[in-house]
Amino acid sequence: MDFKGADIVSIRDLTVERAEQVMDLAEKMIPYARGEKHTKAMEGKILSNLFFEPSTRTRMSFESAMARLGGKTLEMSHPSMMSIAKGETLADTIRMVEAYSDVIVLRHPHEGAARLAAHFSSKPVINAGDGAGQHPTQTLLDLFTIRRSKGTIEGVKVALVGDLKYGRTVHSLAEALTMFGGEVTFVAPASLQMPRETVKQVEKLGGKPKLTSKLEEVIREVDVLYVTRIQKERFPDPTEYQKVAGCYRIDNALLREAKKDLIVMHPLPRVDEIAPEVDDTPHAKYFDQAFNGVPVRMALLLLVLGGELR
Amino acid sequence: MRDLKITPIRNGTVIDHINPGMALKVLRIIGVGGTNVQSPVSVLMHVPSKKIGFKDVVKVEDRELDPHEVDKIALISPKATINIIRDFNVAEKFKVMLPDTVKGIVRCGNPSCITNLNEPVVPEFSVENRDPPILRCIYCDRILEDTADHII
Repeated sequence: MDFKGADIVSIRDLTVERAEQVMDLAEKMIPYARGEKHTKAMEGKILSNLFFEPSTRTRMSFESAMARLGGKTLEMSHPSMMSIAKGETLADTIRMVEAYSDVIVLRHPHEGAARLAAHFSSKPVINAGDGAGQHPTQTLLDLFTIRRSKGTIEGVKVALVGDLKYGRTVHSLAEALTMFGGEVTFVAPASLQMPRETVKQVEKLGGKPKLTSKLEEVIREVDVLYVTRIQKERFPDPTEYQKVAGCYRIDNALLREAKKDLIVMHPLPRVDEIAPEVDDTPHAKYFDQAFNGVPVRMALLLLVLGGELR
Repeated sequence: MRDLKITPIRNGTVIDHINPGMALKVLRIIGVGGTNVQSPVSVLMHVPSKKIGFKDVVKVEDRELDPHEVDKIALISPKATINIIRDFNVAEKFKVMLPDTVKGIVRCGNPSCITNLNEPVVPEFSVENRDPPILRCIYCDRILEDTADHII
């Protein structure tokens, strides 16, 4: 399947076959991502990293991916220093930046920004998160992490835990897991439970999601715990936040109840959802997950730019 | 008291089977009060209908609707029918039908959607369901259910 020139805006743009193609190539990228092998596949190519919102992992892993492929990255200085601060539209910024680079990576506070950028750019646009909307490369690296650990996604039982209402990554992940035949359970307090629209979409895709507020009800049966941070700023009353935040703390006592090969994932940054003692157990996969962002993004860059390993 | 009835029109358009209470929104869509409508317009509200219980009807003289107006009517009354009248006869009759995508007739309801900013872009939606109309913004991916309130 030819990816060359494709925009990666939403996980819905990818079929299961295309996502598999990205993950298969990402497997091959691992020694390159670790620096054990070297390639100049992207020599002479330029990536523009346009981040209108702060980011650590996504921005750096795209930069690392491009460097590992032998290409260069143009970083935008702080948006307030640029012409955006003078009132330039995103459409104009994109048309200017596409003249300087071969691929554009965009993070923007407004939903739909990446689709708009793709509309105006003749160069491929990769969405690195648009507001509360899509973050398809995060979804791909999450799927990749599960596939690497479990050998497959089909039939794997995944509990998504924490802030499922506002968490950017969990909506598209729930849909993508269902597309791959994974079984999803949504564990959240009623006030932060998965939006109705996403639950309906999962059902439309053939999934039978379970919804619960009690982690202890599902801990024995799941294969993956995908934990998200509950954002304090969403709660007007701090005591309400404390009540909710405390109930999903993952520690070794809880994990003793779980399957031996359960894996714990987290898109990071974490605050206190996962106790540091878990880091040293075989359950902890969140740092591997962060690393996996590099081979997955290398694979995507190679595919959309039509490069070959050399 | 004199019996006031709405008489047949010679030329123009009869919009029938409008959802009850939606006639005033139809008037807004066809631009009554602006320069688009120079001839009489008659409105019947809440009249019995075999098909939909109650209905509204709007008759516009000397004017035929453009496709954008028809699509907008489909958004607020998916069962509406359009009758084009020429010389007192029904020259054409068709049901409104939303296309697979609609562009430039409705605004995204998500205040955080990029199309609601000062960007040179026309809002566009894929039609997920025709009756009741459910649209999905092709930019922010959000579902718009209360379409009638977001018609441009």
